[in-house]
Amino acid sequence: MQKITRDQLITKAVELLSNGTVSAVLGWQKGEFDYDITPAVFTTEEEIKNNFVYNDFCGANFSKYLVAKTKKLEGKILVFLKPCDTYSFNQLLTEHRFDREKVYAVAIGCEGMADVVKLKNKVDGIISIDYKDDAMYVDTLYDGTVKVDYADVLAERCINCKSKKCVAYDELMGEDGEVIDSARFDEVARLEAMTPDERFAFWQNELSRCIRCNACRDACPACTCEKCVFDNPNSGVENKAPANSFEEQMFHIIRAYHVAGRCTDCGECSRVCPQNIPLHLLNRKFIKDINECYGEYQAGAEVGSRAPLVDYTEGDLEPGEVFERGDNNA
Amino acid sequence: MRKLSLENINKLFAAVAEDKTLYLPVDQSDGSAKYSKWAEGTVWSNALNTVRSPKDLFFPQTEDLMEFKTEGKNIEVIDIRKESEDFVIFGVRACDVKSFEVLDRVFLSEPVDSYYASRREHAVIVSLACSRPSETCFCTTFGIDAINPEGDVSAWKTATDIYFKANTEKGEEFLASIEALTEESDDTAVNEQKAKTADIMKKLPLADLTTDSFGGGKTEELWNNPVWDEFSQTCLGCGTCTFVCPTCQCYDIKDFDTGNGVIRYRCWDSCMYSEFTRMAHGNNRLTQKERFRQRFMHKLVYYPENNGGLFSCVGCGRCLSKCPISMNIAKVMRKIGGDK
Repeated sequence: MQKITRDQLITKAVELLSNGTVSAVLGWQKGEFDYDITPAVFTTEEEIKNNFVYNDFCGANFSKYLVAKTKKLEGKILVFLKPCDTYSFNQLLTEHRFDREKVYAVAIGCEGMADVVKLKNKVDGIISIDYKDDAMYVDTLYDGTVKVDYADVLAERCINCKSKKCVAYDELMGEDGEVIDSARFDEVARLEAMTPDERFAFWQNELSRCIRCNACRDACPACTCEKCVFDNPNSGVENKAPANSFEEQMFHIIRAYHVAGRCTDCGECSRVCPQNIPLHLLNRKFIKDINECYGEYQAGAEVGSRAPLVDYTEGDLEPGEVFERGDNNA
Repeated sequence: MRKLSLENINKLFAAVAEDKTLYLPVDQSDGSAKYSKWAEGTVWSNALNTVRSPKDLFFPQTEDLMEFKTEGKNIEVIDIRKESEDFVIFGVRACDVKSFEVLDRVFLSEPVDSYYASRREHAVIVSLACSRPSETCFCTTFGIDAINPEGDVSAWKTATDIYFKANTEKGEEFLASIEALTEESDDTAVNEQKAKTADIMKKLPLADLTTDSFGGGKTEELWNNPVWDEFSQTCLGCGTCTFVCPTCQCYDIKDFDTGNGVIRYRCWDSCMYSEFTRMAHGNNRLTQKERFRQRFMHKLVYYPENNGGLFSCVGCGRCLSKCPISMNIAKVMRKIGGDK
């Protein structure tokens, strides 16, 4: 359960809106069933008081919205950022994707967000959710009120949280945390230990479910091209639908390459995938490799850092070493 | 009404699969279900529904239409159409059965889409009544009866048995083909279950959602509704809603250069995509607001206007579950219709 409450956030949003610090608020709007929360731009106190919510299903990372929302904005927009969102925020600033002056960032401590899919696998017919200290109590159509432990529905990206530290903000609410020595690379290591055939079968199975909806790309804070090559009819690779399962691998692998060194491992790609494909594992493989080959690097930890892949140092890996490494890995 | 013990359900599948290809919902490794081809050992899913709708079986995501071969200045047009094989789709929910009617009106109106028509002609639909609807279900809003699904054959599953009733000639033939496995039964158990489900349907959170504010002739009234601005603000512009939707039927036709010819194929398109409706002069839907409005106006106004009042949403709830930002048609309808 989140320590920061809805009421605290509403008070903060109303305060900043009414004193003129900001002209709009990027926040969470309540849904029909408590878990179906939509990111929204609020511009009046009334809207905020009526519709603003904050709970364990507010996983969406707002950083990328700033690219579009600051463009025609008069004044500043208030954005609430969870620790992992602050990394995306910094990375976007490093890439000069939005005007920092147009944003008032409030960082909020996070206790980890819930995964709707996990909850729905446990409980049928969710009517509403009551968040108590010990667990969430889910009012259901079939089984009355069901007690669900927070830990049992914690999102994978939060189980393996890399940092509770807020690395960018104008104002901090709640307590700042620390970078965590997480087990986030364990699953990558498990895949690395597979034979190439096993690994191919793993990805073939996962990626065969892809429906090429582009949700992963469209949610990804590292994917901010004005026009993606896959949407551009003049690019020669534009395609709206998978021609075969191999093409899907190409799409996801190309995307992983494109965001390599820039991906902060926020996990939005896997959260939004309607087919539950663990896309974050592709990105984590790149992060792990970069860490091992060039030293620890966390995209978005600060603004303006040079990612190892776009930097040159004399100690850099020689191509031959990369080749041999690939060989060992096979 | 014919009855079969669920213990023998695999015998039934084996019998059906002997002379027809059988598709039914099967659990995948991620826990979600997908319409898959039955083979010995395949286990029928207990899931309420599949992530991808059964429209895939009539209107696949990609499909080759024709080929061209060029030699010098000659172009040969090769018709690659084939008669569809006979197949059975088993366990289709009432909402999805209704979606076939929505698709039929598009693909089977003149000029008839022969690719779709062939599959439709060769398919037998065995529907399955719902007994545990989800909070995201709202088929009743569109007058669909989840307890008495349409289709060539309707089926009801209780804890121990499955019951069948034929609705069409194709359905009669299907029941005849499995007659040896099934026995005649009265409808007491089915009626008991129907009554229970009817009670649940009334308690669904979206049970009060109505179509009162929508339908043909509402274009001008709804066109400038502030909801389009407000609700499209954070739309990612991905194609999830359109691709999991059982009634979305838009496609693009493209040519693939094989080196010595061309394969012309079609693939699903999405009104959410920036290149959708791009024409020689450019694009007339330049913002996500316009794309967003198009999707809901099509379902709730344009389609019923052109199809005798039939809405092209069936309330299956897939978009409610799958939209990355949880924006969906139910929220749009609530906002425009006002809380009742």
